[in-house]
Order: sequence, then structure tokens, then C-alpha cells
Amino acid sequence: MTIRTEPMTVNVGPQHPSTHGVFRVRITFDGEDIVEVEPVLGYLHRGSEKLAEERNYVQVVTLTDRLDYTSSMINNQAYCLAVEQLLGIEPPTRGKYLRTLTAELQRIASHLIAVGFFVQELGAFGTPLMYTFRSRERILDLFEMLCGARITVSYMRPGGVFADTPPDFWPALDQFLADFEGELEELENLLLGNEILMVRTRGVSPLPADVAINCSVSGPVLRASGVSWDWRKIAPYDAYDQVEFDVPVGENGDNYDRFWVRMQEVHQSLRIVRQCVAQIEPGPVRLELPLVLRAAPGAEAYGRVEASKGELGFFLVSDGGVAPYRCKIRSPSLINLTITEHLLLGWKLADMIVSLGSVDINMGEVDR
Amino acid sequence: MTLSIVSGETLAQRLQDAVPNSVVGWDDAAVWVEPSSLGSVASVLHDDAEIDFKYLNSVSAIDFVEHFELVYHLTSIAKRQTGVVRSRVYGREEPTAASVVGVWKGADFQEREIWDLMGVRFTGHPNMKRIMLWEGFEGHPLRKDFL
Repeated sequence: MTIRTEPMTVNVGPQHPSTHGVFRVRITFDGEDIVEVEPVLGYLHRGSEKLAEERNYVQVVTLTDRLDYTSSMINNQAYCLAVEQLLGIEPPTRGKYLRTLTAELQRIASHLIAVGFFVQELGAFGTPLMYTFRSRERILDLFEMLCGARITVSYMRPGGVFADTPPDFWPALDQFLADFEGELEELENLLLGNEILMVRTRGVSPLPADVAINCSVSGPVLRASGVSWDWRKIAPYDAYDQVEFDVPVGENGDNYDRFWVRMQEVHQSLRIVRQCVAQIEPGPVRLELPLVLRAAPGAEAYGRVEASKGELGFFLVSDGGVAPYRCKIRSPSLINLTITEHLLLGWKLADMIVSLGSVDINMGEVDR
Repeated sequence: MTLSIVSGETLAQRLQDAVPNSVVGWDDAAVWVEPSSLGSVASVLHDDAEIDFKYLNSVSAIDFVEHFELVYHLTSIAKRQTGVVRSRVYGREEPTAASVVGVWKGADFQEREIWDLMGVRFTGHPNMKRIMLWEGFEGHPLRKDFL
């Protein structure tokens, strides 16, 4: 005898604690199976692109902090690269190294959040999340030494970085690198071979490479599906052509691979940070530029970086004025959400939050 | 591991044979096409073995007041090359262009965002409604004449 069930539509979010901000998704269930998915966005829409048209080129840096607030350094970097491309300038070598170094520290911090919450959503309440936050706090302390802010850093400027490092920054960084080695090992011992984690995530919500490419997915999610594509390698910016690192690639594109790729990228970021510390030399950190920048009328630039969540691009158009005529933000989180339906359809209620967590979205960046 | 750029001229040559009357002009960096032919242009660039633009990086819209400009940044992951396709859409009452969602699913949210904030409608999009703002919102905030 078969039991007939009525499909039921449930609203998840926008105030759900597991949706990483104010993300809302309408899901229709048949019993426990997901049969229909509709993401609803816009709850954190602040009109950053419009606001950028009202501010001069340097002031827009502060807006970029508030996009993906877990990786503000990388947002600064993407925007500054776009402005530099627009003006045809290049920062001094020390400035480039400081940018690379802080961007990689930020990537570690962002991946730690992603991994911590991902495991939290599997039901490991507290412990792994606190482990990751303990290490992330140390990185934020380092940022505070650099620029006085922890989250909304605005450390980078078109033409370099805001200021050189204070003298006590380098010992503090060395101490962090020494401590983090053990902390990361501890975290990996806890998670990587964990049986519950494997059973819950392996083979769940796989994303084939061709679907990932067709949906314009980028970052760790794309690499977990087996596509070796990293803008730091393909089109190196700042000091990435001076450092060696590998691009970790997954096989199946399932939830476990997305988690695994992030853990491996933390190791690669550490490698880059160490090389930056070894290679950096004294010198100017910022070009002498006028306070108010002007680009040539009609000039355009598309600056992109490999952010912690994927390809972050700023498309700037100038009309010769002091503010960008148009500032389009290509945000990885928004476009990575295109696969929501593909990831969730046919899977169970219990996998839904985990699969969403494995994509690692940030609503500040989705809605802008 | 370097990235090469497909010039607008190369793209124009491919398109002129494959989609008649689609190309409007070109320069070193980009090719301009008719907004109504964007769908067929997309499938040619996607399927062409030499160009192989399987990956759509971003869709941008710019309000130049006398026209809207759509900019498609494209990448071939296998060939390691990028290219830019642009299209001018005239008129402010009901500007429309053909959707490329059928070719690149990644354009889905971006085309909805352009409709929402810039007011350019895409024909052939399966779900052409506002994405950031609510239905019933008046106007398109990224237009230069808003406010």
C-alpha cells in the first residue's frame, strides 16, 4: 500500500540562523524530499553600486569592506586593482607584497569561518567552530595592528596600502604562524577523518564540472568539482607571480570535497604568507597620488581577483569625473547561488542546510 | 599558464558568417552585436571549437543616457582565453535584449538584476522578475535619471 503525501512549502529564512545572513529560500517538500527550490534575495540590498557613483575613487574602498565582510581585505584588493588598471598605475613592490600577505591571511580567516559553520551545521555544536574562531581572532588582531580595524579594514588604497606595518607586527605574525601550525593540525585531526562528517557529506549534492562551468560557479566550489581554475595562477596580480603555491582540486564536487578544498587552501595560503614574509623588502608602500583621482573619459577596467568565495570582479567605467560613472560588482556569492536548485533537488531536509553551508555564501556580497 | 585575449575582430569574423546581420562593430577589445541576436551569438561563441566560451564571467549594464550598454565578459577554461561581447540597447521606455540564460545558466540572476536595477528586459528569460527589490517598486535605481 502506498501512502499519498501532500507537498508542503516551507520558508527557510530570512531569519534562519543557518542561512549565513538574511538568505531566504522557499522549499517545497514531499515528505522529507525536496521537490522545488526558489531562492529569494534582496534583504541586505543597500545599493552599493549606486552609492559608489556618488563617492570618489578612494572613498569607494570603504564600501567594498561591507560587501563580503568576512574577507574585506580581498574586496579592497579587487577594487584597488580595478582602479589601478583604470589609471594605468602600479603599486610599489612592498605594497604589492603587503597586499598579497594580508589577502592570504584574510583567505585563511574566511575559510576558517566557512569550515567552522559547515561543521556546526552538521550538528557539531560549538567545539570545532570555537577552534576556528580562536585562530581567526588572531588574524583579526593582526589586522587591527595594521589599520586599527578588524572587520571593515579599508587597508588598501589605489596605488598600494594605507600605511606601512608597525614594528611589532612582524613578531606578532611570526608568533601567529608558529601557533597556527598546531591549531590547524588539531582541527584537521578532529575533522578530516571524522566518520560522522564523512558519512553525512560524501556523495551528497554532487556538482558535475560541466554544470559548475555553465552556472558560472567560481572559487572553491568550482575547484571541488575538478576544475583547476584559480585567477591567482591564471592571471597573477600583485605578488602572486613571485610565490609558489598549488591549486587543490576535488574529484566529485560533493559537500565533502567543497569542505576538503577549503582546508587544503588554508595550507596553501600559509605557504604564500611564509614566502611573502621571507621575500618582502623595505621600501615605499604607496604611490604618491593626488587625493582625488580622475581617470580619462571613457576609460574602462575590469579588475578581478580570486576571493575566498570565487571570482570577485569590479567593472569600472569612467566619464572623466572624480567618481566612477559605473561600478559593477561581480560577486561570487550571488552567482554561486545559481546552483542552489541543482544542489538541493531530490535531497532530504537534513542535507539542505549542509549543502547551502558548503557553498559558503555571504549575504553582504549577494545583495550588495 | 598565461591568459590570452580574443580580439573583437576575431569574434566579429566568426559571428558574421554564423549569425548574419548580428555584428554592429568591433575594436581590439570587444565586438558589438545587435541586442535581439544575443541569444544566437551566445550559442555560436559557446559551441565554436576555437573560441569555446563555456564560462560567462559577468553581465554588466551601463546607462549612457542615450543608450544602455550590455557587457558580457567571457572565458574559455580549456583554451585559457577571454573575450568581451557588448550590445547597445536604445530606448528608455521598454529597452529589451535577448536572454542568454539558455546558453549560460550563470546569467540567470545577473539578467534579473539588470532588469531590476537598470530596467532592461530580457526576452526568453524563464523568470524575468525583480531580484533585489520587491515587485511593485517603481523605477530602476541604477538609471542615471533615478532620484
